[in-house]
Amino acid sequence: MNQTAPTAPAPAYQMPRDHYLNSSYGIKSWLLTTDHKRIALLYLISVTFFFFIGGVFATMIRIHLLTPNGALVTPETYNKLFTMHGVAMIFFFLIPSIPAVLGNFLIPPMIGAKDLAFPKINLLSWYIYIVGGCFVLYSFSTGGLDTGWTFYTPLSSIYSNSAVTPAVIGIFINGFSSILTGLNFIVTIHTMRAPGMTWFRLPLFAWAHYATSLIMILGTPVIAITLLLVGFERMFHLGFFNPSMGGDPILFQHLFWFYSHPAVYIMILPAMGVISEIIPTFARKPIFGYSFIAASSIAIAVIGFLVWAHHMFVTGESAYAALAFSFLSYLVAIPSAVKVFNWTSTLYKGSISWDAPMLYALGFIGLFTIGGLTGLFLACLGLDIHIHDTYFVIAHFHYIMVGGAVMGYVGGLHFWWPKITGRLYPEALSRFAAIVLFIGFNLTFFPQFILGYLGMPRRYHSYPPEFQVLNVLSTAGASVLALGYLLPMIYLTWSMRYGKVAGPNPWPATGLEWKTDSPPPTENFHVTPVVDWDPYDFNNRPDLGLVAGAPLAPAHGDD
Amino acid sequence: MQSQLPLYPPQASNFAPHVDALMIFVTSVCVFFAFAITVAVVYFFFKYHRKQPNEVGVPILGDSRLEAAWIIVPLIIALGMFSWGAVVYVDYRHSPPDVLDIYLIGKQWMWKAQQPNGLKEINELHVPVGRNVRLTLASEDVIHNFFVPAFRVKMDVVPGRYNTMWFRPTVPGRYHFFCSQYCGTNHAVMGGWVTVMEPTDYAAWLSGSGGGQANPVAAGEKLFADKACATCHLANGTGRAPSLNGLYGTQVLLADGTTVTADDAYIRESILQPNAKIVAGYQPLMPTFQGQLTEEQILALTAYIKSLQSQPVPAKGAGIAPSSTGKK
Repeated sequence: MNQTAPTAPAPAYQMPRDHYLNSSYGIKSWLLTTDHKRIALLYLISVTFFFFIGGVFATMIRIHLLTPNGALVTPETYNKLFTMHGVAMIFFFLIPSIPAVLGNFLIPPMIGAKDLAFPKINLLSWYIYIVGGCFVLYSFSTGGLDTGWTFYTPLSSIYSNSAVTPAVIGIFINGFSSILTGLNFIVTIHTMRAPGMTWFRLPLFAWAHYATSLIMILGTPVIAITLLLVGFERMFHLGFFNPSMGGDPILFQHLFWFYSHPAVYIMILPAMGVISEIIPTFARKPIFGYSFIAASSIAIAVIGFLVWAHHMFVTGESAYAALAFSFLSYLVAIPSAVKVFNWTSTLYKGSISWDAPMLYALGFIGLFTIGGLTGLFLACLGLDIHIHDTYFVIAHFHYIMVGGAVMGYVGGLHFWWPKITGRLYPEALSRFAAIVLFIGFNLTFFPQFILGYLGMPRRYHSYPPEFQVLNVLSTAGASVLALGYLLPMIYLTWSMRYGKVAGPNPWPATGLEWKTDSPPPTENFHVTPVVDWDPYDFNNRPDLGLVAGAPLAPAHGDD
Repeated sequence: MQSQLPLYPPQASNFAPHVDALMIFVTSVCVFFAFAITVAVVYFFFKYHRKQPNEVGVPILGDSRLEAAWIIVPLIIALGMFSWGAVVYVDYRHSPPDVLDIYLIGKQWMWKAQQPNGLKEINELHVPVGRNVRLTLASEDVIHNFFVPAFRVKMDVVPGRYNTMWFRPTVPGRYHFFCSQYCGTNHAVMGGWVTVMEPTDYAAWLSGSGGGQANPVAAGEKLFADKACATCHLANGTGRAPSLNGLYGTQVLLADGTTVTADDAYIRESILQPNAKIVAGYQPLMPTFQGQLTEEQILALTAYIKSLQSQPVPAKGAGIAPSSTGKK
């Protein structure tokens, strides 16, 4: 049997007669839709497009670095490749990925709502994203961009000869998309919860998105305006950041990181939300320490705004400032550690299945743990003076953003794919892909920690020969990693047509989104649901079709 | 000898053993936690693998004592890392009093070093072993970063300001240095070699290959005349601007009543933005030289002003704060 089987003796499910995918047809019914589920799919297609572009750039980077003198492209092209890789992946894939695809699709059904609070604004946010994306693609195709995704001044504002202006305008525009999505989520979670869906019955996915939305609303305006100032300095020669016109290049870094550090939490918090859903579902028990996980999301969002200058320990900033920001950076590590401990404890005395979403979630724990712990190295002032701006940093943030955020995103897609499409994907292949992704990722990025400590700086199109062995290892790993991404792209697409019909709740899971059809009807629920159960409670849910067997041991884990 | 696949670069400065010890400490703690979590996850994964399709887990909602423990214990360990890291960093950011001053200018895409006697090098830096070396870093264009992996130190080179860094080389040899702040097209080749020499070799090298090099004091003196600085900055203190005799390193009394140390950064600022700090008793008359002087010329002027340290200070018109308000 090649399909993910429901755990109960499988009834032969049929696709529901009416659902959001067949409620209307034609291109207009998609481009003018206000259904959050269809908008989520529009986002799914667009972020996958940018992921693919960013992935092509990454592939070229890794091939180029096979030899010390660079195997593939000129220095100018190489600089454009890593810049465009960063811009495409961060602003147009990672930031919108989980919130705008999974969050958009799932938050209304998770809380028992028919749609988001502002459906038209939701559609507007997608159009804004597309317009911003077009500006950036224009920049990529008319000379490219070579400033680094960080746009450090005065390189970006004065010295670069590449298409910086359309790129910063594109990112400025795209910021509004993010702000509107965050606004929509916050209002929806506050005002549209179904009867009985109290704050502490909310899925942790919703808590994570609430925290993420706070950052989107409070942080995004700062980066948008900062990049606009870079554009003004380029176009009109206004001296904001250029010292020869009386500006301060370090001011740019403060403004940039004031958003861009919290932006890391925009990427990772939703992934943590996904993991907090997958783990209790596939361990079939309530999550350990619900309120601590919920509170830690908020703590990360708040403290995350106070750590930005840890990117600037070697700019010559005041040593006192560095001490304060190092201290605060250690504080923000604690709520992330709390989450990891709670996820691990949730596995204890569970009934653990080895389905693909669980493999992705456990892979996430492994990679995120390494990514988070190596953040402690960079927050450490004495170590940062050596490893700052080296491959150690590259490895660290790829463990967080790719090992963490992308793993969470792909895991979430596997978890909710039956809900989104109504169909299951090949079970064995999906498990295999999860393992390939995990191994490929480690092979690619672990050698980069060592490269960094040995002193290889980042953004180098050529390097001294002693760094070659580790670079070749990393490139070899990247080819395994690429396979790990291509496999799900292929079989998930295949399953949309040929996959076995999933039924409303194939795993089964406890969330409200699983109480409706797969795929759900346009209005999500035929009858407004009433919630009278606690989150992740498998024992008092006869509707799940599980036998609430006698507990294996006393229910408080004292032994 | 290093193996074919070393895990760390050579240790060649006073900071290298400290940074490596810190690295071993932080790595040990992190490996311990990563190992503990991995073992727990893998053990639970197999031990509690679902046996029957309908099986549910044991409902355990949480444990506040455990939560408290795994908040407090990591916090204490993190504070330990913070403190140790802070000690190394504060040491790095405060150069000791007795240093060998070398100026280093970064520009797209090369490094120019200037030894104390004015000897200039390009993409090379010679330093004596066992001596505290302080680099004053300036940029002609964008932000660069001077990074010597074997010394475990780096510092940004920021246009519009001076940054300083220091180290004490401990092992003679030749070591890579890199630009580690992305600075445009040829960022990756903006590097070179630090040569750490025995003090006698260094002295010989300084005097031996210094022939024909312009003396920065002489260059500065010429600039001082060419740019007509001397019209106002009269040595006897009777000019429209304060005398610069004996100025370097002292406290200057400003119009707003505060004092400032006359160091390299103050002199640089006073040349480029003369109105930023007005000496008490003088009018803001000086024109700006922003954009008219290269970083090297500013260094030459600074060297000349430094050389006036030994000149007699006029009784009036020096701008130097009375010793009671100064820190000395």
